[in-house]
Amino acid sequence: MPEWLSNVLWIALKIGFILLPLILAVAYTTYAERKIIGYMQLRVGPNRVGPKGWLQPIADVIKLMMKEIVLPRGASKTLFILGPILFMGPSFAAWAVIPFDAGLVLADINAGLIFLLAMTSIGVYGIIIAGWASNSKYAFLGAMRSASQVISYEIAMGFALVGVLMCANSMNLGDIVLKQSGSMLSWFFIPLFPLLVIFWISGVAETNRAPFDLPEGESEIVAGFHVEYAGMGFALFFLAEYANMILISVLTALMFLGGWLSPFQGIPYLEAGTQWIPGTFWLLLKASLSLFGLLWLRATFPRFRYDQIMRLGWKVFIPVTIVWIVLLTFWIKLQWWPFN
Amino acid sequence: MEITFQQLIFYGFAMLLLSSALMVILVKNSVKAVLFLILCFVATSGLWLMLQAEFLAIALVLVYVGAVMVLFLFVVMMLDINFSAARSGFTRVLPLALVVAVGFVIILSQISQHPSFALEAAAASESESVSNVRQLGRLLYTDYFYPFEIAAVILLVAMVAAISLTFRGKRNRKSQNIDKQVRVTKSERLKIIKIDKSKSQQVEES
Repeated sequence: MPEWLSNVLWIALKIGFILLPLILAVAYTTYAERKIIGYMQLRVGPNRVGPKGWLQPIADVIKLMMKEIVLPRGASKTLFILGPILFMGPSFAAWAVIPFDAGLVLADINAGLIFLLAMTSIGVYGIIIAGWASNSKYAFLGAMRSASQVISYEIAMGFALVGVLMCANSMNLGDIVLKQSGSMLSWFFIPLFPLLVIFWISGVAETNRAPFDLPEGESEIVAGFHVEYAGMGFALFFLAEYANMILISVLTALMFLGGWLSPFQGIPYLEAGTQWIPGTFWLLLKASLSLFGLLWLRATFPRFRYDQIMRLGWKVFIPVTIVWIVLLTFWIKLQWWPFN
Repeated sequence: MEITFQQLIFYGFAMLLLSSALMVILVKNSVKAVLFLILCFVATSGLWLMLQAEFLAIALVLVYVGAVMVLFLFVVMMLDINFSAARSGFTRVLPLALVVAVGFVIILSQISQHPSFALEAAAASESESVSNVRQLGRLLYTDYFYPFEIAAVILLVAMVAAISLTFRGKRNRKSQNIDKQVRVTKSERLKIIKIDKSKSQQVEES
C-alpha cells in the first residue's frame, strides 16, 4: 500500500472515531433537552420508547429516515439539496482541531483558533442557500434573519477570542489549554470573565438557539429557513444545530475552563488521588455543564425581538469586548498580570 | 510520468479553481454566480494551504468566504436582475473585452517569469519551522508597519464614508428608549384608585 493511501485511511479512521461519538452525543443531547426542559416545566418528557425513554432518539432517527424527501416545485434542485449539507459540513469539520486530551487531536495546527472561527462563519451559507433555494417567503425571511444575526454575533465572538489569544499568546488550542495549567485559579475564566459571558451568549446566537431563535421563529415565520424541508433534509439541519451546540460548549470549556485539565490541580492530596481520571472526562464534564446551561436558557427566556437582538450584539457586546481588550493590553504590558 | 499525491491534490484544486472561475461568468443566475465565486475562494485557500501558508489560507476563508461574500450574497439575493437585458450588449463590448483579456494575460505571464515566483523560491521559504502566524505578524508590524497602518486607516475612512452616505439624519420616528424603559419605577406606571363603594352602587342603580 502506498504511503499516502495509508495516511488517508488512517486519518479517515480517526475522523470516524470523532464523528461517531459526536453523532451519538447529538442524539442523546436531544433526549437530554426534552427531559430537562420537561422537568423544568413540570412534565416528564419522553418516557415511552425503551426503559425511561432511552430509545426515543433512535426512534426519532428512524422516523426521519423513513420520511419522504419532498422537493418543492419551483425550488432550485441542486441548491436545495446542497443547503443542509453545507450547513452540516463546517459544523463537523470544526472538530478537527479540538484537543480531547494532551496531544489527542486530529489536526494540531497553529492557526487552530482562526480555523474554528472560519468554520463557524461558513456554516451560515447552508442556511442562506436553503432559504433561497426553497423559493418560499418564510424560508427566505428566515435565511435573511439568520445571516444578519450570525454576522453580527461573529464579531463579538471574534473579539472575545482575541482576549483568549492575548492571554495564551498562541492560536493553537492545545497551547491555550496548557497555558491555563497550574490550578483552577489560573483558568482563563477569571481574568476574562466578561469575555466568557459574551462568548457563550454569542455562541447561543450563532447556533440560532432560543432565546435567539429568530431564524426559526415558529410563531411568525413557521419554521424559518427549513420550513420546506422534510425527512433527512430536516434531520441534517437538526443534527448540525446540536453539533454546533456541543461545539460551543466544548470551546467554552477549552478556552475558559481549562479544557482537559483537572480542577484539582495544585491541591495537595486531591490531585494525586484523582490522577487516574483521564483528561477527556474533565473536558466532557465541563462541556456538559455549559451544555446544560444552554438547555436551561431555552427553558427560561422568551424569544427576543429582532431589534433587541441587534442592539445587544452591536451596542452592548462589541463595545464591552473592545474595552476589555484594551484593559488586557494594559494589564499584560504593565506587568500587573498575575496570571502568567 | 509518476504523479505524487501532493500533485494530485494540487491539480484537483487548480481544476476546481479554474472551472469555478469560468462558471462565475458563464452561469445565468447571479446567485449561482456568487456561489461559484465562493467556491473559487475556497479552492484558492486550498492551494495556499499547499504552500504551507496556513494562516493566510484560513484568513481568506474567514474574511472573504465567511464575511464579505455573505453580504455580497445578501445583496444579490435581494436584487431582481433582468438577465436578457444584461446580456444584450455582449457583441458590442466583445472587442474591448478581448483586448483587456489579452493584455492581462501578457502582463501575468511576464510577472510569473520573475524569479521570486519560481517553484524553488516557494520551496526554500517553507523550510523553517517557525510558526506561520508569528512570522507574518512580525513582518507586518515591523518591516511593513507603515503600509499596513495606512491600509487600515483607508479602510476606516471607507467605513465612515459608507455610513455617512447612507445616514439620513435623525427622523421623527417613534422608537424605543431602552434606558428610559429600564429606569421606569412603580410610581410612574401604577396608579391605585380608591373607589367609593356607596357611590358606585348609585351608578349601577341609575
